[in-house]
Amino acid sequence: MSAAALSAASAASGLLSAPAAVTAASPVIPDYGDASQCVQNNGLFCGDWFVQQWPVIFAPALLSHIMMTLIAVVIGFIIAFAAALYAHRMQWFAGPFGAVSAFLYTLPPLALFQLLVPITGLTLLTVEIALVAFTLMILFRATIAGLNNVSPDVRRAGVGMGLTRGQILRRIELPLAIPSIISGLRIATVLTVSIATIAAFVIDTGLGSPILKAISSPFNTQFIGAGALAVLLAFAFDGVLALLGRLLSPWTKARA
Amino acid sequence: MDESEGMIVVFLDSFVFMGSHFGLLLEKTGSHLWLSFVAMVVSMLIAIPIGLWLGHIHKGEFLAVSVSNIGRALPSLALIAILIGIVGIGFSNVLIALVLLAAPPILTNTFVAVNSVDRDITRAGRGMGLHPLQILTRVELPLALPIIFSGLRTAAVLVVSSATLATVAGGGGLGDIILNQVAYGLEGVIAGALWVAALAILTDQFFAVLLHLLTPKALRGSKREDEERARVNVAEV
Repeated sequence: MSAAALSAASAASGLLSAPAAVTAASPVIPDYGDASQCVQNNGLFCGDWFVQQWPVIFAPALLSHIMMTLIAVVIGFIIAFAAALYAHRMQWFAGPFGAVSAFLYTLPPLALFQLLVPITGLTLLTVEIALVAFTLMILFRATIAGLNNVSPDVRRAGVGMGLTRGQILRRIELPLAIPSIISGLRIATVLTVSIATIAAFVIDTGLGSPILKAISSPFNTQFIGAGALAVLLAFAFDGVLALLGRLLSPWTKARA
Repeated sequence: MDESEGMIVVFLDSFVFMGSHFGLLLEKTGSHLWLSFVAMVVSMLIAIPIGLWLGHIHKGEFLAVSVSNIGRALPSLALIAILIGIVGIGFSNVLIALVLLAAPPILTNTFVAVNSVDRDITRAGRGMGLHPLQILTRVELPLALPIIFSGLRTAAVLVVSSATLATVAGGGGLGDIILNQVAYGLEGVIAGALWVAALAILTDQFFAVLLHLLTPKALRGSKREDEERARVNVAEV
């Protein structure tokens, strides 16, 4: 699409905040002087500006967003997986852990971030604690469901072959639970990518940060660029995990 | 030690804040709930009929499932941001964003719920001379209710918590307090956060009770059983 078409589109949608876009000193539109027509008119999406700002704004934000998501999902998975294994053996544990994780899941992300700030400050730690808290319920339930859904006959066959309880878990139950676990990981990861945008309210990191910075001076390309990147990142993670699921469970062709 | 004491003081102060700013909190809660309510009604009007119909004719599995995956992938803040670019700032921006978040889980759960009703049961209904519409309303719908409600709960909690972000786009609600530390101080921020958290949990419970009341007596288990059934089914989606 040409710049002219884009600016026409944005003019038609009638939202230009001309005053903000025209201010030359506006910090969200660097290099205003030699900006393209699209940038000057605050077009819906200015590809040239996006490419130009990629190394400055978008690439670091994307990278920190990926890191933030990975840390949260990995830690969340370790905790939820351990809890699920324990609950699988000790049935009583499933109730309390399930209830606590469900409670954490219900909390609004922004509220949880703000509640943690007085304790852990405006740091990455605050963000990660909150993000981990949101993944627990999904990962715990997915793992437990996977382990419990193994047919009793299959388990009995293992017993008949003389496998110990630990061997049954490692060789039969866990492999059969993989599709369910992967499906939980996909949901949790996508959710984390989504919630991590809100982390920018606490600490200047991730794809939420260009969004929040742009709010004081509405420049469409920055909103749409960062928002689209977050959505694409979620799809990318989802795709990678789906592929991983297929590789880890070659016996099933069903959607994980 | 000092720090943790400071934290406790702030925490206690937030309750003082609730007392002294009760009117403000009520007013913001009102606009928060109104926004959430409108978003839920619009989402339900869009998603439930489509889900019911697709489930009834057992078609469109791909559509229903992929819509839900896309919905899950949409970051609410990014959505609001993109919409600022398209429809500008205000109530309608936030409303569209919330509907886009809430409609997918409702659609998918409704579809899965109706689609997974045992075919033998619908066949029995046909044998008894029920019209397709009667099968839908008298057989499929009651059996599908727990899973449909599980979708509604997911969506409602999502909406109530995402409505906090409405303040970014000038949509009002409790986010106005949570994100305005300059005006209300840390105790105000925490009071607002506690308030939203309570609201989300109450919303979740409200739908659980509503499901229990709407389930036909013959199908009614204990509240816990209904929840378990809904959860197990959705875990398999």
